[in-house]
Amino acid sequence: MNPKIDRQEMPKQSVCERIKNFREVALGYTEENALLESSRCLNCKKAPCREACPVHIDIPAFVTKIKEKDYAGAIKKIKESSILPAVCGRVCPQEELCEAACVLAKAKKQIAVGRLERFSADWQFKQNLLSVPNIAPSTGKKVAVIGSGPSGIVAASDLAQLGHKVVMFEAFHKTGGVLVYGIPEFRLPKEIVQKEVDTLTKMGVEIRLDHLIGRIKTIDDLFSDGFNAVYIAVGAGAPRFMNIEGENYNGIYSANEFLTRINLMKSYLFPEYKTPLYCGKNVVVVGGGNVAMDASRSALRMGADKVTIVYRRSKNELPARHEEIENTLEEGVEFQLLTNPVAFVGDARGWVTGVKCIKMELGEPDESGRRRPVPVKNSEFTIPIDTAIIAIGTMANPIIAQTTPDLKINKYGYIEVDPETGATSKKGVYAGGDIATGEATVISAMATAQKSAKAMHKYLIEA
Amino acid sequence: MFQIIQKKDIAEQTSLFVMLAPEIAKKARPGQFVIIRLSEDGERIPLTIADMDENKGTITLIVQAIGYSTKIMCALKEGENILDIAGPLGTPSHIEKIGTFVGIGGGIGIAAVYPVIKGFKKIGVNTVSIIGGRTNKHLFWEDKVQETSNKLFITTDDGSKGEKGLVTAPLKRMIDSGEKIDLVFAVGPTVMMRAVAETTRPYKIPTVVSLNPIMIDATGMCGCCRVCVCGETKFACVDGPDFNAHDVDFNLLLSRQKMYKEQEQKI
Repeated sequence: MNPKIDRQEMPKQSVCERIKNFREVALGYTEENALLESSRCLNCKKAPCREACPVHIDIPAFVTKIKEKDYAGAIKKIKESSILPAVCGRVCPQEELCEAACVLAKAKKQIAVGRLERFSADWQFKQNLLSVPNIAPSTGKKVAVIGSGPSGIVAASDLAQLGHKVVMFEAFHKTGGVLVYGIPEFRLPKEIVQKEVDTLTKMGVEIRLDHLIGRIKTIDDLFSDGFNAVYIAVGAGAPRFMNIEGENYNGIYSANEFLTRINLMKSYLFPEYKTPLYCGKNVVVVGGGNVAMDASRSALRMGADKVTIVYRRSKNELPARHEEIENTLEEGVEFQLLTNPVAFVGDARGWVTGVKCIKMELGEPDESGRRRPVPVKNSEFTIPIDTAIIAIGTMANPIIAQTTPDLKINKYGYIEVDPETGATSKKGVYAGGDIATGEATVISAMATAQKSAKAMHKYLIEA
Repeated sequence: MFQIIQKKDIAEQTSLFVMLAPEIAKKARPGQFVIIRLSEDGERIPLTIADMDENKGTITLIVQAIGYSTKIMCALKEGENILDIAGPLGTPSHIEKIGTFVGIGGGIGIAAVYPVIKGFKKIGVNTVSIIGGRTNKHLFWEDKVQETSNKLFITTDDGSKGEKGLVTAPLKRMIDSGEKIDLVFAVGPTVMMRAVAETTRPYKIPTVVSLNPIMIDATGMCGCCRVCVCGETKFACVDGPDFNAHDVDFNLLLSRQKMYKEQEQKI
């Protein structure tokens, strides 16, 4: 390694340019960036980065391939462990996983693994070299995968590679789950998601859109239809509201609604696309996670003059990725920290006109280990707004639980599973991703799918 | 793609579509709906399943050409296709053996109340139906509703068919006559449903309304369709669309239904 070379920055669209469009903000490494960055890798034998990766990508091996300019080799190496490199290279919290484990992290010079992963994946798209994994001879077994988000995609891919016939059911008219309805175009172009999903079709996975399982078919119906096993990966899609006064005024959205209108329904292209979105001039986004950042940056691009993130803890506790917080700040979103909404106020026509907030201070640590925010007496104040977006997290969607009486559900509405196998209380039924773990990341949803696919394979072969 | 097997204009700006959708036809129950999308750039719009035939594998949708997408849909012809139909969605209406059931449908709501009346009739319940419209041109399916009703009242605003007035008038007369009513079920314009709720409230007659807020995904994922029932926020797409009429905040529903009035003018 050359110690004189710095960690390569990612070229980005300029701030004044990007807040006017929905195109991708981070432009990706050039070949020169990638070669310089990969040249810094120490190629550690023990590879703590690989250990830290939830799907255990052989990171030193693929980085070495880049170093050798063997980009086809690099993407092949990644694909041995992950079917979604273009997605993960963009949205995975590498700074908490592989990059945090890098031996160079101590000197704050950790290898930019995510950026290199993205480079390899994008190179493959540019060359039109979409490699399709090898498929084992047919086992004659049929598996239903419910949900086409990251967990469903990985399970479908792994099970298809093992020779099982896979049918994937998606409730919406497009595959990808949170990757298409939740994460904005400027962070994850939908074309890329589509390309990665297309690999599944090439592998023989059958995709059935507009199928809300629980309604059009129950889990028992799937077994009657001849499926031998079921993988439930429906995510944690139900939006959480604050249950405070005035929350149903017009102009107040869940982040899911705001982002679905923009991302899935393309209302940023209204009226060319027919789904409208009302976005006012003064917008408040409640919450501090990646979704809050996505919503606030989307609001700017929809023409808001002023966007304020209201978060009840301090900057240190913001759960969003550091990179996303930086991007959000750069774009001019204001942060009203240690502040919590207590009520919305509205006009006679039923539209929101303001949000009443209270100042918070940090008290003793709570069960999450973070200091608990407590209200400061007599500190209420009102922010005038015409739009509010609630981005305080999501919950389990109840439809499968309600229509599958013998499926054990925990007190939060998530499906109870064996953490090692994803097996549920119902024979032949496995679950993974957010519906089993609660709200988490794309990569953890993928990791649970890999474990479940292994266990399901064993179940199918032995059955 | 779903093929239009039959299309018929059945009332003022109102068309009936019989769609080939065997999987949906097999599972659909009274009170449920579908989401349709006409084209790649299209909206997702909810439509009640007005009838279903499991043997033929068809569902019937009745559409009033009032918005951008419904106008396009009503211009489609037999043999043409609809890009997406997702369903059945929503919790089916609760149908049980009771003494007397009153089903009320206003305008396009006739399509939504019909399968519920039929469901009650099928299990031997005494069914009384009240259907209303602005004029006789806004009415449809009088014969089908008659077939599934022990008694039928028709009202129009201008008296061009049936009695002149609102659907609540025959209901009020029934109540005043002392006839025992076990359940009232109303679907139609929000102001009509509110009027029905106010008519039965003083007499504590169990009353259910099927709400029609704006929806996007209709799978419980976005919260656009939230309604306030008994002080609690509910999602009409998964918790409903049926709710106890006496607990519904109709003013909130009315205001939320108007949210996109301005944008709708732009396409």
